[in-house]
Amino acid sequence: MTNAKTHPHFSRKLLAIPYGLFLAVFVVIPLLIIVYYAFTNDEGKFTFEYVRVFFNENGEGFFAFFKSYNFKTIMQSLFISIMSTLICLLIAYPVAYIIAKCNLKNKSVLLLLFIVPMWVNFVLRINALKELFVWLGTYNKSNAWNIVNTIIGMVYDFLPFMILPIYTTIIKIDKSYLEAAKDLGATPAKAFVQVTLPLSKAGIMSGVSMVFLPSMTNYVVSNYLTFRNIKIIGKLIDDYFTGDLWHDGSFIALVLLLFMFLFTWLTGGFSADEQTETRGTSLW
Amino acid sequence: MDMKNTENHIIELIDVCKEFDGVSVVDNINFKVRKGEFVTFLGPSGCGKTTTLRMIAGFELPTSGQILLNGEDISTLPPNKRPVNTVFQKYALFPHLNVFENVAFGLKLKKIETTYIDKKGNEKIKYTKLPKAVIAEKVRKALEIVDLAGFEKRSIATLSGGQQQRIAIARAIVNEPEILLLDEPLGALDLKMRKEMQLELKAMHKRLGITFIYVTHDQEEALTMSDTIIVMSDGTLQQIGTPEKIYNEPENTFVADFIGESNIFTGVMPKDGLVRFCGKPFPCTDGGFEKDEPVDVVVRPEDVEIKSVEEGMLKGKVTSVIFKGIHYQILVQCGRYEIEIQSTTTPAVGDTVGLVIKPDGIHVMRKIFRVNKFSGVITKRNTVEFGDGEFECDVTQLYPGSHLDEEGYLITAKGEKLDLTDTEVNVEVGLHDITMSDNLDEGGAQGHIISLIYKSEYYRYIVRTENEEDYVLACEDLWNENDLVSLSIPKEKIRLTLKIAEGSKK
Repeated sequence: MTNAKTHPHFSRKLLAIPYGLFLAVFVVIPLLIIVYYAFTNDEGKFTFEYVRVFFNENGEGFFAFFKSYNFKTIMQSLFISIMSTLICLLIAYPVAYIIAKCNLKNKSVLLLLFIVPMWVNFVLRINALKELFVWLGTYNKSNAWNIVNTIIGMVYDFLPFMILPIYTTIIKIDKSYLEAAKDLGATPAKAFVQVTLPLSKAGIMSGVSMVFLPSMTNYVVSNYLTFRNIKIIGKLIDDYFTGDLWHDGSFIALVLLLFMFLFTWLTGGFSADEQTETRGTSLW
Repeated sequence: MDMKNTENHIIELIDVCKEFDGVSVVDNINFKVRKGEFVTFLGPSGCGKTTTLRMIAGFELPTSGQILLNGEDISTLPPNKRPVNTVFQKYALFPHLNVFENVAFGLKLKKIETTYIDKKGNEKIKYTKLPKAVIAEKVRKALEIVDLAGFEKRSIATLSGGQQQRIAIARAIVNEPEILLLDEPLGALDLKMRKEMQLELKAMHKRLGITFIYVTHDQEEALTMSDTIIVMSDGTLQQIGTPEKIYNEPENTFVADFIGESNIFTGVMPKDGLVRFCGKPFPCTDGGFEKDEPVDVVVRPEDVEIKSVEEGMLKGKVTSVIFKGIHYQILVQCGRYEIEIQSTTTPAVGDTVGLVIKPDGIHVMRKIFRVNKFSGVITKRNTVEFGDGEFECDVTQLYPGSHLDEEGYLITAKGEKLDLTDTEVNVEVGLHDITMSDNLDEGGAQGHIISLIYKSEYYRYIVRTENEEDYVLACEDLWNENDLVSLSIPKEKIRLTLKIAEGSKK
């Protein structure tokens, strides 16, 4: 209150200005530019031309979309993302659980072992992985192997992003909840399924979105590991833009945006409940 | 097993000890709880009461000793196999479940055993879950008991502290446990709510007829609710008894001091029915002590009456009068002694008054004294300051295998270099290890002899320093009361232990 008296014109809201400016310059304006490009042609006139091109590339009717190259790429990309996320979750949960529950004094050291690889440049890491695949003979062997290798690369790259939020939620679960469950007759396994797992949901959701969304666009992984034979959405957009097809590229970017929005909405990322709270207080 | 012996005792602890990382938290506890009793563990924080409760619940395993439930050893049984339910200090209601799901949690896990005859005519045992309707009915009844009928669909986050408390109780009693354990369940509630819940819990105990084991540090709560109080301190039992007995006849100064307000004096018993303290003889009802045995005398503030100076057994000056609602808290200085009084009469500060203590207001206790205990601090010179003095000591005993280097730093067995300056330590000195001298520069502390008692082989002296620190020591020579003496203690006789920080105990 004394501050308000000595600085009558200063209010806390003013502190939001730098953030607001940043948001406008780097998020809102670029977004508007994308929307502008997606719905205008080279003369700057409003058009649905690129929507039509996206869904109906060769003018063979709407259902041809499901056979189109764009659709195939999106589906392939979704498959890679879902698989990478699932595998990450299956590896990360037990790891996070064991580290959180172990009796070691220096849990952070153990956690660091999983995070330190992130400190090495990831192009370097992915290249090293490529050499490993070459050595194993699976590199660019077949389309199926290319997808497998891409998924392995994604998992390798994004695993720490799954471990950390799960670890932070598990470590914050009050011990008394588990004691209460056991007190009420739950075996350790039942207590895990009925208490620990639901209470770590926020961390799982946070981790899932940290892995799922980037693995739709991180085409460095797919490029390096498959001799550019596997395309994901990120690469599709890149191809259009590098090929000077800004309007097509912008529309696909909008489609991707829609995916992200749907996904975040489905995983409850917009609700202002405990999940966002967990994100706010976790490492992210 | 002799069942007759155990049929009335639902739970029994035999020589139970618990250590955490080598630190003793519960030390050799023995007690029995009768079926249907309301038992309270009472003690200050860190006294081991919660640990004892957790051992009964099964969250902690005793380091040694046995816990018997209905005569059977359950010491190592996991919590989910014990017919015991707990109401946790912070409720521990599951935040991802609503009220109904919370209360039904235990019921949904329950399997009922039914025997049936299969097609081949063999008798078989089948375990089935409780039917949904039965669960719903039981939950409804439990919520009714805690006065929250109709709250089934509410989420935990929308409930107030008091309501959460009630749900926590409902969640425990719905399982119809043989024993309900309550770990400071009212600690988070405000005073008025707490008082209400105390009475409600007491009524609930009567209605349900099951055994309640309650943990609290609030002596008033314990006195209000319990059939039996178990007073604990430093991991040991101090006294077990009814609230009346604990209050009126405390067994030692700890209990007297912890339960209610009390004046505690050091006195002697010249004969049965007569106790001498504050420099005056008082008739009392206690007896059975040796002649001139040193005793502790407890007088409750409400048992001291204010009379005129002529009528008084003691006289003194009123130093403070504080209004406390029903009564006034009055402090009267009688010579060296300050006496606390609760009274409805109000003398003015500065008045000289007479005090009367009736025989039944005096409670005499045997003095337990084995060793002098002090809190001390290590100085820069690696000496120790305690009891208003400074003594040379051997600091290397704090860390086994350590030694001092030439600069005065302590090198531990592992080679770590420690500066002990300002380290807080517990100091213990035996009765026979302190010597008195009239050369005042010789010893580490000085004081006046305030009491001496002949103990057939030696005299027992109490030496009080300027700042009212008392040393108890034994000496064969006769000194006079009020002599100013200096006290020396040989370096090797000062036992030091590190103070363990409150936090690390858990």
